[in-house]
Amino acid sequence: MDVTAAFSEAFRLILGADPKFLGIVGLSLRVTLTAVLLAAIIGLPLGAWLAVSRFPGRNLVIVLINGLMGLPPVVAGLVVFLLLSRSGPLGSWGVLFTPTAMVIAQTLLVLPIVIALTRGTIEELWREYREHLASLGVSGIRAVPTLLWDGRFALATGLLAGFGRASAEVGAVLIVGGNIANYTRTMTTTIALETSKGDLPLALGLGIVLMALTFLINGLAFGASRIGQRFAG
Amino acid sequence: MLTRRIALGLAANLMLAAPAFAQTPAPSGRFITVSSTTSTTDSGLFTHLLPIFQAKTGIEVRVVSQGTGQALDTGRRGDADVVFVHARAQELKFVEDGFGVERKAVMYNDFVLIGPKADPAGIKGGKDIVAALKAVQAKRSLFISRGDKSGTHSAELNLWKAAEIDIEKVKGPWYREIGQGMGAALNMASAQNGYVLSDRATWLNFKNRGELDIVVEGDRRLFNQYGVMLVNPAKHPHVKKADGQAFIDWLVSPEGQKAIADYKIGGQSLFFANATQPGA
Repeated sequence: MDVTAAFSEAFRLILGADPKFLGIVGLSLRVTLTAVLLAAIIGLPLGAWLAVSRFPGRNLVIVLINGLMGLPPVVAGLVVFLLLSRSGPLGSWGVLFTPTAMVIAQTLLVLPIVIALTRGTIEELWREYREHLASLGVSGIRAVPTLLWDGRFALATGLLAGFGRASAEVGAVLIVGGNIANYTRTMTTTIALETSKGDLPLALGLGIVLMALTFLINGLAFGASRIGQRFAG
Repeated sequence: MLTRRIALGLAANLMLAAPAFAQTPAPSGRFITVSSTTSTTDSGLFTHLLPIFQAKTGIEVRVVSQGTGQALDTGRRGDADVVFVHARAQELKFVEDGFGVERKAVMYNDFVLIGPKADPAGIKGGKDIVAALKAVQAKRSLFISRGDKSGTHSAELNLWKAAEIDIEKVKGPWYREIGQGMGAALNMASAQNGYVLSDRATWLNFKNRGELDIVVEGDRRLFNQYGVMLVNPAKHPHVKKADGQAFIDWLVSPEGQKAIADYKIGGQSLFFANATQPGA
């Protein structure tokens, strides 16, 4: 197959600004970014709490969460599918084959990464600042907001890792979204579909666009954290 | 307390997120979910039909395309309002078991046997699919099977039966069950120069042909009938009965049948509307 054909497809897609294509890119970004946001809201406090607290079974919880970082997307998809199916326990919600189901599945994938990386980062900061914070009368759980703020640049990397996992996966969104045209079709499910239709240049072209977007978002995040660090002194 | 607040926050976020997602909703906001086969989507038929139906009725049709077996399962679980597939016996069983209301014949297309131009089994140009399969098995030529309980897979198994070959017994390394869709099977046949049974529509739309070509076509046993059913509201009360029935009625109406017949690629009709044909 001709690689130049794939690149010309990629350029045609980007420059052509085809509304259908833009819809697919928009949906991919909205689903993935919402999932990362939800995972951050839940995972950052939870990871920090795990770092500063001590309770029986804590090591087991840490091993479990670290292990879940390797949760196969297709398994996460299957679990969410069975939960949300009309015949499943949450069937009355009626959200299977909708973007909401895709957000839930991707949140499940990103969450262990955010919790595990947050715990690692915060635990290190906690060791470093524990006595200092204690002398100011801040201890344990009350130190969490301070520690999260202090570790924000390192934590941003954890969120980017989560974003990478979610934007790259196809197994979960295919199962719970159903790859419905104009509704739940994302970049990765489109690539899978075009591959099955034998249109390999278009599939690879879409892959190039997806990689370009990933580089762009990582670049923006890197730039923002550089500027932030400079101002933070 | 904290977990409760997180749970509430999550729920609120999801509710806020949901309406913002719909990309091209019908102005009326009405939609139905249809589980159908990969062939109807990959061939481009739905891209042709659905805008016509939506313009007329204001009902958006969301299609989840799967193999026939999986599409029927989706209906059985109540995750679709309408099932539109091609495996008559499985469809009738679906209705008989009370999961579907009534099966209506819609259209047919045909299967073609695809193979490498080098034609190691020596069957190219034949019209007898049974004789062709016998030759493939006798020569142990590479054959790619869907192996995914799809309509095409069950049609293939029936053809082996018609050829009086017990495929479970005689299959060897030459017979590969890949458990994937039509496109994936064609891609594999293209990469390994094997024979594969495909529906004509997917083949006409398929771009990565390599050394492949049609080797057998036109046998009556290769006809492939499509049927449509409403998922039984008595089993699944949330099924959108009126809108689902409207889609079915439109498909078998003269207008819907004409829309199906009008869909062509390169001047070739892909599907032949036959809702009025008795016994289809």
